[in-house]
Amino acid sequence: MHNKFRRIALSLWSFNQSFYPMKILVCISNVPDTTSKINFTDGDTQFDKNGVQYVINPNDEFGLTRAMWFKEKQGATVHVVSVGEADAEPTLRKALAIGADEAIRVNAHPSDGFFVARQLAEVVQKGEYSLVIAGRESIDYNGGMVPGMLAHLLGMNFVNTCISLEIDGNNATAEREIDGGKETLSTSLPLVIGGQKGLVEESDLRIPNMRGIMMARKKALHLVEPVEAPQRTQDQKFEKPAPKGAVKLVDANNLDQLIDLLHNEAKVI
Amino acid sequence: MSTEVAEKDILRGGQFLVKDTACEDVFTLEDLNEEQRMMRESTKEFVDRELWAHWERFEQKDYAYTEETMRKAGELGLLSIAVPEEFGGMGMGFVSTMLVCDYISGANGSFSTAFGAHTGIGTMPITLYGTEEQKQKYVPKLASGEWFGAYCLTEPGAGSDANSGKTKAVLSEDGTHYKITGQKMWISNAGFCSLFIVFARIGDDKNITGFIVENDPENGITLGDEEKKLGIHSSSTRQVFFNETKVPVENMLSERGNGFKIAMNALNVGRIKLAAACLEAQRRVINEAVNYASERVQFKTPIIEFGAIQAKIAEMATNCYVGESASYRAAKNIEDRIAIRMASGNTHQEAELKGVEEYAIECSILKVAVSEHVQQTSDEGIQIFGGMGFSADTPMESAWRDARISRIYEGTNEINRMLAVGMLVKKAMKGHVDLLGPATAVGEELMGIPSFDTPDYSELFAEEKDLIKRLKKVFLMVAGSAVQKFGPDLEKHQQLLMAASDILIQTYLVESTLLRTEKNVKRFGEESQKTQIAMTRLGLYRAVDVVSDKAKEAIVSFAEGDEQRMMLMGLKRFTKYTNHPNVVGLRTEIAKGVAENKGYTFDQIN
Repeated sequence: MHNKFRRIALSLWSFNQSFYPMKILVCISNVPDTTSKINFTDGDTQFDKNGVQYVINPNDEFGLTRAMWFKEKQGATVHVVSVGEADAEPTLRKALAIGADEAIRVNAHPSDGFFVARQLAEVVQKGEYSLVIAGRESIDYNGGMVPGMLAHLLGMNFVNTCISLEIDGNNATAEREIDGGKETLSTSLPLVIGGQKGLVEESDLRIPNMRGIMMARKKALHLVEPVEAPQRTQDQKFEKPAPKGAVKLVDANNLDQLIDLLHNEAKVI
Repeated sequence: MSTEVAEKDILRGGQFLVKDTACEDVFTLEDLNEEQRMMRESTKEFVDRELWAHWERFEQKDYAYTEETMRKAGELGLLSIAVPEEFGGMGMGFVSTMLVCDYISGANGSFSTAFGAHTGIGTMPITLYGTEEQKQKYVPKLASGEWFGAYCLTEPGAGSDANSGKTKAVLSEDGTHYKITGQKMWISNAGFCSLFIVFARIGDDKNITGFIVENDPENGITLGDEEKKLGIHSSSTRQVFFNETKVPVENMLSERGNGFKIAMNALNVGRIKLAAACLEAQRRVINEAVNYASERVQFKTPIIEFGAIQAKIAEMATNCYVGESASYRAAKNIEDRIAIRMASGNTHQEAELKGVEEYAIECSILKVAVSEHVQQTSDEGIQIFGGMGFSADTPMESAWRDARISRIYEGTNEINRMLAVGMLVKKAMKGHVDLLGPATAVGEELMGIPSFDTPDYSELFAEEKDLIKRLKKVFLMVAGSAVQKFGPDLEKHQQLLMAASDILIQTYLVESTLLRTEKNVKRFGEESQKTQIAMTRLGLYRAVDVVSDKAKEAIVSFAEGDEQRMMLMGLKRFTKYTNHPNVVGLRTEIAKGVAENKGYTFDQIN
């Protein structure tokens, strides 16, 4: 769509939205649990999924939890979306168990940041969401690209590394983490958030309760096919960092040995 | 549910001894559905956040914290898994009930005792035996955690002999209420419960009667001090004194004189759930031990690389894997049996009662086996930690003390051992399980020429399957001859019963383990199950050892001369390996598998 038309369409739609409850889309990456064993296959070009437990990307979970607050306090509707294959469904179902109203899975391997952002943009446009909360980055590949690209593709406002978010009608107040401090911004919907810890705290994260888990079964999980989009980067090779060596303890009185080790062995001075 | 289940010929209680089971017909932890996996994850998150992170509070006798966390468990719905939906519960099946009980019980014995006492013996007598009015009135409050329940059966003079209690219930002159007077002891949750299930005797009745008694200090109810205990320090355990406590007649549970039956049936469920409750504790002990052994360096080597430590880790992991395999196999049998009964017109209440009762033998077997596993595992956990394990600053010390009670409550392991064999013999007498035919066949086999048929050893588990068949024969030989010899007097020969019970227990455990691994090999491939195959083999090796030892002990105690010689020869034949396993190699392989996964993850992998 041409940018000018898009802006007109968006402003009309924003006007409309002020009469209706906010519709939030939380973007969820399905990532390996932090305790997973990391291995690669196919000549170190593919991540080995064997025996790996998957979880909601922690940055996304902070966003989802904040979205639940908007649902409970401000009557927002919360949908969750993930670009992924069938094995991403348990993660989406967990988001439903936590309280999201509906889930969408774009049926494709999330091959790179642009591909994912393009798919999400399609979902946002079709679903007419006014607030999109994604994690600042996923903890698997740590690309950190998707929220920014998504905001650009949609022509929406964007706050990255967001650590606090309040919404009042169409107005948003957000705090961002910046080097050595924080920045408070005011902006308006429609808005894309690159969220992280601070949106809510770890102790606010919700454990899906048994009733929620049972209800999740009855909630809609829509399957949509991906739109054409180029994959702009290809993984050539993964390498693991060298394993950590043993710790050497140096006697507190033996500074010469310490200097020698730092100079000749660690080569840091 | 399912006519499909109903039509399937599922194993009856105790029948495993005389009937082969196909591996496809056992349920394993790898068969959990997505919803159950999510429940498990939620439960683990709850434990990590609320219990594991605050373990010192449980050690410091912080009873209020136990109560607080029980309420939080209630908010998450964890207290109502087994409660029917019409009474505010989740109405989930027996496997889900076991699953939550398993994973919620890993952090400490204080919470798991409070949880078990409340959801099991504190709530279930009402869901299973209560009238509609009683259920409407009490169950929703218990399911949500607004109220907690406690179970008052034991008295100073009535422990294992539960029906001998002296607490009296006297009907008032106007016939509106009973007055209960008596002393109950070792009452879990007494300090914070709102409701007691109390057993008392009316007049000179042969059997006791159950009552629902609301906790009201104004109504003649007083509590003793908190007991000072070896373990489970934050589980509230007190004496409860009833002094002419008035209980409306409508609060009688079931019928007059039915109390002993209620008590015993509540205990059947309690027993299998206690087995589940001893599993996650083992997993966490193993994880801590593996973590410590990987970091602890002596002789410039992480101690996990030493064979002496590897042997311990392998045995610990095998214990846990074996216990899991048998517990979930039985849980699903119970769930299916309940479904069959409901399909044939039983109410949920009747179906559940009968479904669990059917597998009372397995419930006792599991209670004994898994409570002993958790003791051995936490003991070795201390040993791996060395001096640090003896310190109250590490979780091993409390794990070991907390594990100890599991061999005592829900019927001591001695009572349960004898019960398992006793119930089996009774089932055989009633014709519910045909032991006589197979026992006679074994007798004939003993007299005949040994078969020289050998299985095709190239096939996975060929030798192991053959051995398990022969272990069953050992039980039939020993128990069959003992029954013939002593008849109804068998119950007086307790040492013999205990030995026979150990054979029974080992047989059930190893068969369940082998079937689980076989099923998973078929589904996920042999490569992915290497450690599990090794654990199956090590588990079987140990079982064969126990069976040989206990059978010998039993045979010599009652058979003489030629009969004794023939049975001992039979025993040798039945417990013989053709290809002896390399036990050292198995242990090394298992320990490496566990170390690679950084702990016990065999409950999660598939």
